[in-house]
Amino acid sequence: MAEDLTSFRTQVQAWLSEHFPSSLKSNAAGIMEAAFSENGLSADAEQWRQSLADAGYGAPTWPKEYGGAGLSDSQAAVLSGEMANVGAFNPIPGLAGMGVTMVGPTVLEYGSEDQKLRHLPGIASGTVRWCLGLSEPNAGSDLASLTTKAQDDGDTWIVNGQKIWTSGADRSQWCGALVRTDASAKKRDGISFLMLKMDQPGVRTRPIKLIGGASPFCETFFDDARAEKDDLLGPLNNGWSVVKRLLQHERQSQTGAGAPSGSGSAALSIQDLAKKYVGTTESGELADADLRSRLTSHLMATKAHAMTGSRIREEARGKVEVSAAASILKNSATIVAQVRSELTIEMMGNQGLGWEGDDFTPEELATVRGWLSGKAISIYGGSFEVQKNIISKNILGLPETTQKG
Amino acid sequence: MAALTEEQTLIRDQARAWVTEQSPVRKFRQMRDEKAPLSFHADDWQAMIDMGWTGILVPEKYGGSELGYLTLGIVLEETGRQLTASPLLASAGIGAAALLVAGSDEQKQRILPGVVDGSNVVTLAVEEGPRHDPRQLSLAAMSRDDGLSLVGEKTMVHEAMAATHFVVAVRTSGHAGDENGMTLVLVDAESEGLTLSPLSTVDSRGYASLSFSDVKVSEEQILGSVNSAYVHLEQILDRARAATAAEMMGTAAQAFDMTLEYLKTRVQFGQVIGSFQALGHRAADLFTEMELTRSCMEGALQAIDAGREDVPELCSLSKTRTGEFIHHMSNELIQIHGGIGMTDEFDAGLYLKRARPLEAAWGNQAFHRDRYARLLGF
Repeated sequence: MAEDLTSFRTQVQAWLSEHFPSSLKSNAAGIMEAAFSENGLSADAEQWRQSLADAGYGAPTWPKEYGGAGLSDSQAAVLSGEMANVGAFNPIPGLAGMGVTMVGPTVLEYGSEDQKLRHLPGIASGTVRWCLGLSEPNAGSDLASLTTKAQDDGDTWIVNGQKIWTSGADRSQWCGALVRTDASAKKRDGISFLMLKMDQPGVRTRPIKLIGGASPFCETFFDDARAEKDDLLGPLNNGWSVVKRLLQHERQSQTGAGAPSGSGSAALSIQDLAKKYVGTTESGELADADLRSRLTSHLMATKAHAMTGSRIREEARGKVEVSAAASILKNSATIVAQVRSELTIEMMGNQGLGWEGDDFTPEELATVRGWLSGKAISIYGGSFEVQKNIISKNILGLPETTQKG
Repeated sequence: MAALTEEQTLIRDQARAWVTEQSPVRKFRQMRDEKAPLSFHADDWQAMIDMGWTGILVPEKYGGSELGYLTLGIVLEETGRQLTASPLLASAGIGAAALLVAGSDEQKQRILPGVVDGSNVVTLAVEEGPRHDPRQLSLAAMSRDDGLSLVGEKTMVHEAMAATHFVVAVRTSGHAGDENGMTLVLVDAESEGLTLSPLSTVDSRGYASLSFSDVKVSEEQILGSVNSAYVHLEQILDRARAATAAEMMGTAAQAFDMTLEYLKTRVQFGQVIGSFQALGHRAADLFTEMELTRSCMEGALQAIDAGREDVPELCSLSKTRTGEFIHHMSNELIQIHGGIGMTDEFDAGLYLKRARPLEAAWGNQAFHRDRYARLLGF
């Protein structure tokens, strides 16, 4: 096993030196920014995307026949480690929207052979972007009360209703949507998971501007939109099981506590940033003793979170069950990320209050925007409170009274 | 639970079975009620020796099995669950660690086989004031003939009444507050001039204060070199912190289990109280905190076993997080049990009273947050 990894590592190193354009080194943010601008990917980035796709490294653990490379989890870890070593970045999960992290793993599990062959290669190559139509204006935490309906007209499904918080819907080619297919069943039992094209007359999107100024989410309107009959994922009226699994994949993708997007302070650790803005005493301690103590608690929480992720992976011998642990890690990641933003704003003082303009550095402005956009972390993917319901009910076995239906 | 080896799993299962059957918390209560002079049951202690627990840290050439700190932690977690009292932590954990860190081969050969077979009980004497601060120690050791003479006081010396030897941190030069000028010495409990005064503490465990009145120590009783013991002392204290944290984890985990069980069985307003979201969410918070804390506790023990560079940070992290969790958990244990939790007849109070001395031992949360920040350079 160890030997396999050694030769695989050598192979990856050789592949990277042949295919990774040095012009893209350590420029993940730049690549993604260009990808979503009018210009699209630069020539080098497009070539790099194609190389990754050809090797199956966009979604490396997926089987080869669906566009992956069939790697084991430990091989995939070697791949991402070696990529990090040379400053390379895999843009495909970002380009595919919800495709690589959520839709793909769920299609792998629930999809027919035909669905896997039709949908997965486009995701794995980063050429087809997916969004998810789950929440509705009146179905947020209580997702099962959704009312968007799909009717079978013999040849296709006809979809009518409204979704909200569909991230990247205005830039996506496909949507995975939860729809009601049996209005007479109990609410969780009449739901199906349907995949449909976004580029059609019956689909309209409207971006929603958030408190941080950006518009990562849309409202999506279905007005007699059409879906193919064979694009139902999983059995009819079994969409609740499908989406529970999908959300576990989502939660798992949110269990890391990386810097919130837009936080431009990656170059300095938070403690060095604190020293820069707050100053130190003669003995080198942060001058604000109260902040120092709270910053220490935060750093300890960060470390505890990271150690828990590694412990759970180690106990599972590399196979992390996307279940119990994910809810704990999601909430812990949320606390770590949000507290970090709050502390950073606090230590910047007046410089942490800017909205735009030259009186503030780009890093300061990015921190403010990141703080605001980070408020979403405890809401999306099952809110902080919903995760606690899951922990108390599914892990601790306490009776359910909070979720009716 | 860390990914355990087969041997560690066996030891854990054996420890859990023994503690649950032979040394449940009612035995601790019985010992408390009888005011047993040693603050533990001699038969329990002998059983631990027979099971090999006293040799877990000790290399084979000194009679032990050298299974390491994580293995010791696994056992301490189980004894912590039932509040089992014994010199296991104080002697086979911290006392053995002190000799392993600072002792010469001759000293280890002389003392450690007895730690393993139980004929020696070695315990660490560091504390002098109300708050843990090893740099402040001032117990004076003056040079004399072929050794030292000790004058001063130590307090909160764990399992002192059972001890055959004390590892005592003394000041051979400099002033309180200096890191230089400290020395570690191994003092025989029968030494002339040494007086033990048992302390009656809230946890009913065995502590005493020691009074040194011209206690003579020969050169061969000096562990390591004179005046430069601070580095060793920190290493010993880190091992003490990490091992104590394992016991704290067990105590807190049992408090969690008791609370969860109560949430599932206590009926009010016609339903079990665990069905109320206010309580379900608190249980979820406690469980999340417990899992995060466990990672820190195990991580510190594994780092010691692996001889890693970040042992000091991880031990402070472990001691802080277990301190936070046991504090929170022992308070919630009482609160969620309501009135019954306040009665002496119920066990909750025993867990609360066990928690506080452990939180204070070898540095409380505030001490270790400050240390962590210093280690990280701010």
